[in-house]
Amino acid sequence: MEKIIFYLIAAVIIVFSVLTVTSKKILRAAVYLLFVLIATAGLYFMLNYNFLAAVQLTVYSGGIVVLIVFAVLLTAHMESDLEPVGRMKSLFAGLLSIAGAGVTLFAMYSFPFKEVESSTGAYDIKAIGLKLLSYGDYGYILPFEVISVLLLAAMIAAIIIAKKSVSND
Amino acid sequence: MIEGIGVFDVLVVSTAMFFIGIYGFLVRKNLITILMSVELVLNAVVINFVIFNKYLYPEMLQGYMFGLFAIGIAAAEAAVAIAIILNVFRRMKGIDVEHVDTMKY
Repeated sequence: MEKIIFYLIAAVIIVFSVLTVTSKKILRAAVYLLFVLIATAGLYFMLNYNFLAAVQLTVYSGGIVVLIVFAVLLTAHMESDLEPVGRMKSLFAGLLSIAGAGVTLFAMYSFPFKEVESSTGAYDIKAIGLKLLSYGDYGYILPFEVISVLLLAAMIAAIIIAKKSVSND
Repeated sequence: MIEGIGVFDVLVVSTAMFFIGIYGFLVRKNLITILMSVELVLNAVVINFVIFNKYLYPEMLQGYMFGLFAIGIAAAEAAVAIAIILNVFRRMKGIDVEHVDTMKY
């Protein structure tokens, strides 16, 4: 049963990824991206990583896709299609991608992964929160603080850049 | 871990997603669609972190935590990129990459 659901999720991820990069309408591409991200959250739910799946749903498919849709609405005309890709260009890009995927998959296939049998292993939020703010071994206080400064800087930068400039031109 | 599914099966999915993102990055001309391709690539990387954590080191939290941080960084990156795209649209009257060649040469 879980196998079937996994293959379903994998099929959704791959099909909608392809549609995201090939769709002619830009808003449809954004919606296909949303499907990919939601299917990824489903994958995390299957692994029992509930908190990560919730973060994926809220930040990725809730935040980033909405941001992208707003950008599309502000910059593109609804009816206009994207201009078609040149055949040579798409051929070379496809060959390059397939070659890269082949090399990567070969390297992964020949690498001896030592899989560890785990229990159900759902981390509760308390353990994650304690780890996130702990100074001790395997504590994540430094990346936590760094990313908070980074998010503040990104927020200010986004406001400054997107603001209408009054002085010049 | 998922019953009957090994680590390689999930890695195939994330690799496919990664290289589809690379393909879109090379082929697309509109800046927003390029940003979408980058999001695909980032998402594939997060899947890899999480899968390695779950299958190879299930008692640790490294992959989990860095998955969270990667999602946060993706959010920051998307916000700044969209601000830049809006600014480019206002100045160059278009967001295809051919329009943005003022600083070329």
